[in-house]
Amino acid sequence: MSTTTTTTTTAAAAPPPAAGAPGVRRRRRRSLSPGRRLPAAGLIGPLAVLALWAGASAAGRLDPGAIPAPWTVLRTAGRLWTEGTLATDVVTSLRRAAYGFAIGLTAGVVLALASGLSRVGEALIDGTVQLNRAIPTLGLIPLFILWLGIGETFKIAIIAIVVYIPVYLNTHAALSGIDSRFVELAEVQGLSRLAFVRRIVVPGALPGFFVGLRLGVTGSWLGLVVLEQINATSGLGYMMFQATNYGQSDVILVGLLIYGVFGLVSDSAVRLVERRVLSWRRTLNS
Amino acid sequence: MAPHTEQLTAPAVRLAGLTRSFDGRTVLDGVDLEFPAGQFTALLGHSGSGKSTLLRAVAGLDHEVEGGGELTAPERVSVVFQDSRLLPWRRVLDNVLLGADGKEAAARGRAALAEVGLAGRERAWPSELSGGEAQRAALARSLVREPELLLADEPFGALDALTRIRMHGLLRELWKRHRPAVLLVTHDVDEAIVLADRVLVLENGRIGLDLTIDRPHPRSYRDPLLGEYRERLLAALGVTEDLA
Repeated sequence: MSTTTTTTTTAAAAPPPAAGAPGVRRRRRRSLSPGRRLPAAGLIGPLAVLALWAGASAAGRLDPGAIPAPWTVLRTAGRLWTEGTLATDVVTSLRRAAYGFAIGLTAGVVLALASGLSRVGEALIDGTVQLNRAIPTLGLIPLFILWLGIGETFKIAIIAIVVYIPVYLNTHAALSGIDSRFVELAEVQGLSRLAFVRRIVVPGALPGFFVGLRLGVTGSWLGLVVLEQINATSGLGYMMFQATNYGQSDVILVGLLIYGVFGLVSDSAVRLVERRVLSWRRTLNS
Repeated sequence: MAPHTEQLTAPAVRLAGLTRSFDGRTVLDGVDLEFPAGQFTALLGHSGSGKSTLLRAVAGLDHEVEGGGELTAPERVSVVFQDSRLLPWRRVLDNVLLGADGKEAAARGRAALAEVGLAGRERAWPSELSGGEAQRAALARSLVREPELLLADEPFGALDALTRIRMHGLLRELWKRHRPAVLLVTHDVDEAIVLADRVLVLENGRIGLDLTIDRPHPRSYRDPLLGEYRERLLAALGVTEDLA
């Protein structure tokens, strides 16, 4: 045993000329990765744009009729909120989006479950939804006006359709993409059909569902904007459309700002829920 | 070669004329096999020889495979796969308890985890386990059901050599304590010899060799008397070692 150790040490001692020779010491290679991330990296760009906008406005380099100064926009927002109809417009828009989104979400999930868990359901539902998807939903507006009139029902219906499609597609894909190895495991462990759905199918499909949910949220705002700008007599889009007629660019910017806040808040909320529900994934990503 | 017919207890597993084929290609060609309760059996064969097909048939997992024959297997069967097959969205203890309901199930799950050396990891996520730990958790999951028959489909195939040796000891120890009949499918001749008391070789869809290994445990890879068994098994597998 000891002889082998000695031979290995001599073998290891053989190459020291290379290790000991001066100048062979290896320098660290230049890193090709972009390095560590800056703190609050997501905010730097927007803040720079804002500063540029404010600076140019203050220096009088921007036409206030086309791009009013940031403080003008804020003042207009305050004025519209206290004196005008901004508060009711916001509530109207939010209600449309919320109803449409809730109905679309429910429909998307229920249809995906029905189609993902039964072959009969799949035969009835999947092809129909795929067909529906092929028609751009906003192209349905004329028909829906004819059917439902130009009131709230029609707007909510269009938003619901815009939402249910991505929710359905992603949830259904996730449901039918459950790893067959896990199906086998469930059989081996003697799970009932209900337990199989609850413990394997649903949790396994959640990541896909959340992709659909986020697309649905974005879609609901998109649908809202389009509907309010062409077929409404109240709401944020209507306010902005009216402002175009009177050349009030500050009012239009107020509307855009609020749409932006809506989008940001709703997306963050979905992400928050997603992180909570899919906490088991954090260990993989971080 | 029928040393097992004198068993007093009824066989745990009995296959008679078992056939299975995929798209007209016969994989199992009338397998006759019996093994008694509590026996540790290994099943060897080339890849593609049908050993997994046999195991899946015994496990009742071959839903859409053509075939016939008679098959008797016990009520409580557990399967350990090559991958640990832990659900990534359930913590380790919840994975172990998959399919085991009831009040005392949790206690049994904890006990099983402690037995495989994973006490204290109950709340861990599967992604936080090493390959060996994940496979131990899978073993614990199979134990919770108190199986009469434990089917293992190359359970150590994806592990590194050191971990594999440690898992061999663990599996043998668990078997000694719980005494299920074990059918271990493997392509590793040494693994079969070290672990099993009976080694079968599957060849051309039938049992080509049925060897009882009569050596005390724990066995060492270096036991020279096992060399004889190894040669016979390798010969049955069509591998000729030049021993000149």
